[in-house]
Amino acid sequence: MEQNRLLDSGKYMTELAQRINYLADIKGGLEWGSLRELSERVQNLRSKLFDLKEDELFVELDQIERRLDYLEDRVAQDLSSIEIVNIVRSPQRFTLQDILENCYDSYTELGGEGECNIDPAVVVARATITRRVKNRLYYHQVMVIGHEKGYGEEFRNGGCAKPWGNEKALRYMKVAEIEGIPIHSYIFTPGAYPIEDYPGAAQQIARNLFRMSRLKVPIVAFISEGGSGGAEAIGLADIRLMASRGYYSVISPEGAAAIEGRIKEGGKVPRELVEHCAAQLKMTAEDNLKLKTIDRIIEEPPLGARRGDYQFFRRLRYEMVRATDEVVLQTKSFRTFRSYALKRQSQEKTEGFSDEFDIHIKWSLTDSEKKRLLELRSKKYRSMGKGYKELRQSLGSRLSEAVETVKQNYYDIRYGLLRQRSRQVQKLIEEVSSEGSVFLKTVTEPVRVAYDFVFPKPKSENGLSQQDILRRSIFMQDWEQYISPLANEDKTVSCPNAEKYGCKDLWVPDLYGEFCGVCPTCGHHFPLEYQWYLQNLFDPGSVREFNKHIVSANPLKFQGFDEKLKKAIERTGRRSGIITFDASVFDIKIVVAMLYSDFRSGTVGSAEGEKFIRACDRARATRRPFLAYIHTTGGIRIHEGTLGVIQMPRCTLVVREYIDSGGLYIVVYDNNSYAGPVASFLGCSPYQVGIRSSRIGFAGPRVIRETTGADVPPDYHSAKNALKRGHIQGIWDRREFRKNLFEALMTMGGPHLYYK
Amino acid sequence: MEINLKDLLKKYKSHPYEDHEIRTPHTGVVHINVEDGQEVSGPTGRWKHRPGTLLYVLEREGNPKRITSRYTGFVAKLRKDLDGSFVQAGEPVMLIRHRLNKEEIIDRILREVLYIFPAPQRARYFFTPEVSAAMEKDKKKALNLKEGDEILIMSLMKRDTLLSYEGPAGVLYKVYFNHGDLKEQGAPLLGICSPERLPFVEKMIQRIRTEWDD
Repeated sequence: MEQNRLLDSGKYMTELAQRINYLADIKGGLEWGSLRELSERVQNLRSKLFDLKEDELFVELDQIERRLDYLEDRVAQDLSSIEIVNIVRSPQRFTLQDILENCYDSYTELGGEGECNIDPAVVVARATITRRVKNRLYYHQVMVIGHEKGYGEEFRNGGCAKPWGNEKALRYMKVAEIEGIPIHSYIFTPGAYPIEDYPGAAQQIARNLFRMSRLKVPIVAFISEGGSGGAEAIGLADIRLMASRGYYSVISPEGAAAIEGRIKEGGKVPRELVEHCAAQLKMTAEDNLKLKTIDRIIEEPPLGARRGDYQFFRRLRYEMVRATDEVVLQTKSFRTFRSYALKRQSQEKTEGFSDEFDIHIKWSLTDSEKKRLLELRSKKYRSMGKGYKELRQSLGSRLSEAVETVKQNYYDIRYGLLRQRSRQVQKLIEEVSSEGSVFLKTVTEPVRVAYDFVFPKPKSENGLSQQDILRRSIFMQDWEQYISPLANEDKTVSCPNAEKYGCKDLWVPDLYGEFCGVCPTCGHHFPLEYQWYLQNLFDPGSVREFNKHIVSANPLKFQGFDEKLKKAIERTGRRSGIITFDASVFDIKIVVAMLYSDFRSGTVGSAEGEKFIRACDRARATRRPFLAYIHTTGGIRIHEGTLGVIQMPRCTLVVREYIDSGGLYIVVYDNNSYAGPVASFLGCSPYQVGIRSSRIGFAGPRVIRETTGADVPPDYHSAKNALKRGHIQGIWDRREFRKNLFEALMTMGGPHLYYK
Repeated sequence: MEINLKDLLKKYKSHPYEDHEIRTPHTGVVHINVEDGQEVSGPTGRWKHRPGTLLYVLEREGNPKRITSRYTGFVAKLRKDLDGSFVQAGEPVMLIRHRLNKEEIIDRILREVLYIFPAPQRARYFFTPEVSAAMEKDKKKALNLKEGDEILIMSLMKRDTLLSYEGPAGVLYKVYFNHGDLKEQGAPLLGICSPERLPFVEKMIQRIRTEWDD
């Protein structure tokens, strides 16, 4: 030992210096404990290496090592959340390439390698992983997808995937599905790179989630650094593992501190506030396990695994194989075998792990197993992220709920059983009659004309035909319409485009009354309260709210949030940031989910997610079109941490199920729509429309400036630019909203408006 | 028209400023926010999206309109007496005096002295290969132009059109575009100086460059 040390004194010192640096990384500087002194002593020894006697040198080095051991133990005993964040951010932490090298036997990077890559922050590789069963080796093919933040940091953007990086990930997920091989995804990202260029940060994440929700291969995710939306882009998995010293969070502690402390752009965020927010966000592995946003924790060394911790890589390989087995076994129809295999695995878990497995399990799935896999995935995500409160319902509400259940059964029979049969018969009749119609037309035409003359087609109640209704705008309605309370002020306002287009000052009663908040010169849309839409968009008296009893709570016990919640409730008289209701538009019955600005800026937490899901399910059960009208959303509610983030895959999965069942899902953005919701259950809609003057995007200008260092033009997120980038399919004028919505329902829904 | 270069220089020396009069865009009560002599800045940011210094607030019918500076300079001739009172539209409130730097003065003098050949359309502009080669060959040698000379290529959407010079004969003194720049209609492309005036112009610019303090 001594001999080895003697030979490697330089290496020994380097190792010590690295350990000191690592501790300094964790503690946020050399000022903690005696780190500075130890660091200086190592430097000193380096400079005097040839002046010292060997014995003296090693006595000194051993002393330093002992003290370091002691300091490391002290740090490991009581790691705070921010220290765990620092561990994850340390340059000495393992990265995806270390995993590829050490957990997999061979791998080939796909879609470019290293710097020559469409997005070096996302690495995709076809890899082989081995399993040893009774001294025999079995090879499994897998698709590894993950973020890489090391090995060429300067071009990897710290693991922040650009939209085209996520698109690449999606492309190879589809390849894995075609080839029927499982996906292992490794999440090492502080967040997605916030740019709107096509395919768009938010929209691409939404597309990934939409596809992953029905991907017919097992997906196992491992989280080391799970930064919100960026993590979700490849994180919708059947089993989610997490490193014991990793973090998974809705926002970085610095970002949360800047919001909580209302720090101005460029201002310094106090360290104490950052630490406080890190603790409040409940971002560690233990916290996430308690919140059930992950399934298992993979133990790391007490101070986190580094690049040379081979024991950890052995463990990780074992856990990844085991997790994939578990996903596959759960889909098997042989219950006895399934329970036997899973039992064996739990024994392996309790008895410690070895490289050896008892049985070999093939990872390919049959069609029925794939179906079960999707069912299980759906069940899993539907049961996650339930951090809301359910109030006791009144007798009336419970009665109406019972009526709803009866209705649902009725719809199931009507549209499920009977409809399917009637459609088959209808199709047959159509095919037969189209052949004969050519000959019959000459005979039937005069009869039809005579019939139409005697019995003209009935007009609607108000005497207008459907074409008349289409041409009608909301201006042509009776004067008993809702007028915004904003119109009650006797003053004028200036249009923000006055300098550009020479807009005249607008008298407020005119603007918010007759003009519906629209500048008559340039068409700029002034924001209007959500009540205006409730009253003007839907048929009078048709709005019937449901699930009012699901209310926002403070599941993380985030300090100070209870008061904020209370204030929001007092101000709005509502208890969540979403309103879900049945309504009709020109007699077309639809289900609507409306995120609105007054309640915590329309941010999405557990209650909002749950209400959205229930509304979507209701639309599916009743076979009605589903409209998500986004009055405003500020993203995922940071005070609910990962319980908020998990709403992204959760809701997307339910939307996917709704669309697959034949539903028509339309999203309309108004005012401001940003971040998580756009990057998931909104951005995945095939029909997205923006109201004029609205802004749609992933991250706001400030976040873009702070993360990318580049400034963005003032109209970067405008609906017009979103349209140019292909994120939305059209821009509607508020005054024509009702008419356009009706048209959209008729054209997109067509004859299959209620069911396909 | 003969331009007296000395007088021109004297004019700028005695008053090296560009004055912008700030008038009220409409009626209202004025609340002045600056002091006489105060430095103010114009819009900033890459897209000039951050408004300049707030000069005054003009309130009409409960609508306080913030009037910000469009120019960088200092406030002069401030009508402090208007503060808090109702004014008519077009009432002068102050001057923003922008001190011209060397390059701005040279630019202004050149625009007065030279004949400016403007861009006939919004397009990309290039010199013809012959002119380009001649300019490359001897960078110091002045290029003489006369009416009808084919000098520029106007290029837009793969349509290349040859442009002939129209204007008084002279020496090409200043080029206002880079090779292949997209220029708006009416933007200056070339500045042409008559041969007899050329030595004076060069001398004067030399003097400004050496003597003028920014």
